[in-house]
Amino acid sequence: MSSDHHKGIAPHQCGQCCTHIDGISVTLDRHRIIEDVSLHLHCGELTTVVGPNGAGKSTLLRALLGEVSHTGAIHFHPVFGPGREDAPAIGYVPQGLDFDRSSPFSVCDLFAASTSRFPVALGSRGGIRQTARAALENVEAGELLDRGLGRLSGGELQRVLLALSLTPVPNLLLLDEPVSGIDLPGRELFYRTVSELRHRFDLSILMVSHDLAGIATVSDRIVFLDRRVVCVGSPREVLANLDFRHAFGLDLEDLKPA
Amino acid sequence: MSHMIDSLANLPFEWARYEFMRNALLAVILVSPLFALMGTLVVNNRMAFFSDAIGHASLTGIGLGVLLGLADPLFALVGFALLLGIGILAIYRLTRASMDTVISLSMSFSIALGVVLLSRGGNFNRYSHYLIGDLLSITPHEIGWLCATVVIVGGGLLLFYNRILLIGINESLARSRGLNVWWIQVLFVLSIVMVVTMNLSWVGILIINSLLILPAAAARNLAGNTRQYVFFAVAIALISGVGGLLVSYYADTASGATIVLVAMGFYFLTLVVKALRQRVQ
Repeated sequence: MSSDHHKGIAPHQCGQCCTHIDGISVTLDRHRIIEDVSLHLHCGELTTVVGPNGAGKSTLLRALLGEVSHTGAIHFHPVFGPGREDAPAIGYVPQGLDFDRSSPFSVCDLFAASTSRFPVALGSRGGIRQTARAALENVEAGELLDRGLGRLSGGELQRVLLALSLTPVPNLLLLDEPVSGIDLPGRELFYRTVSELRHRFDLSILMVSHDLAGIATVSDRIVFLDRRVVCVGSPREVLANLDFRHAFGLDLEDLKPA
Repeated sequence: MSHMIDSLANLPFEWARYEFMRNALLAVILVSPLFALMGTLVVNNRMAFFSDAIGHASLTGIGLGVLLGLADPLFALVGFALLLGIGILAIYRLTRASMDTVISLSMSFSIALGVVLLSRGGNFNRYSHYLIGDLLSITPHEIGWLCATVVIVGGGLLLFYNRILLIGINESLARSRGLNVWWIQVLFVLSIVMVVTMNLSWVGILIINSLLILPAAAARNLAGNTRQYVFFAVAIALISGVGGLLVSYYADTASGATIVLVAMGFYFLTLVVKALRQRVQ
């Protein structure tokens, strides 16, 4: 994995790669889940989507992934990197990966199965191991390479999935509730890692989260979604928004961003 | 092929003098690794019950073949099993109904329809060998067919192993990595159908799924990664296949069922090994 994802341009200076989400609506079983959501995501920026349960946050991510049918359009304007205009390379970290924990696959198997065609049944070739180890070291998880996937803690699993979603480096990274069920040190490590990677690879990141305390410090922008976009702005602006405070029953001093 | 079979006759054992035993041994050595490899994916993808339904669908397939007056019901068998397998996938995908309920319903349906079709005129006994199977009846010609199945399905499985494995871990994750989940699942169902139907007449509907599931289930108790998993599954399938066949010769029992019992023994053994290992840690 190279850190010169945008060759010759220092981090923070690209600012041109952009994902335009234009008027996305999703209807499931005649139920309008999200309505006319429009957002612009810039590279090197972490945008967090917050909202009450049933606000359509995960549905928005699934629409971006192409898993649910939607109206409206997603345009991607690549300046650099692997994606095409109609098909950005999307990295995805699912919410609490649901898998059979008794299954005998290792972290290395997961990487090999995802990034190579050489059958894992016959083992992993050296090159794949090296790629996987390098990707894991980016998220401070190099020592997990040969660990069983079912034996990882919640925080370790999220970091492994983060490393996987960055192999190869995508144009747009989607994180669905990445820290739910993870203890505080694990959360801090995850945020620190994401924050650093955002600058290093000049990534556009869209994260869904409930963890208000954590996102206030890590996000560049916050989107308050309740079926439609209620407000968008810096953490300071959104946390001060009265609708937002009402929806989350907030009167907490310690949520003010530093 | 026949040269290989004949050379087995030089082995210094009583059973090696019989051609049917030599044929059966070769068949077991050929298909056990394929069953094991496929089983590792079936178990990982939580499709153990699914492959059982495919086996049971074969009964209806045979019934339909007989009804249509086909000399060899193989085509009807493959066709119906494939239809049922894809039908289950589609219902699951469209309704998100609980998978085990859909499978259980389809099993009841195909068993009942199969028995109704085959019992017309009171002739069901003519077909009962499909239930239990007869390994010793396998001919060199059929072994040739098995060889072709092993090469085609085995090659296909290895080619798609990573993709099927990833879908088994998590579908959304697989989709986000650009996999066409639906078509890969259909191909996997097709390969299960081919393996089950090609081996039905000598293993039998009642136990064919055990041969698929048991080696993988036992290997899971020992393995720490996928390569070990497949290695142990293949080894256990081979040892219990050959061992079961020889036991059935000396004990004069049905060979398919004996192989399953030996594999079951291995399963319990691996459980003990796993428990001991955990105690040591």
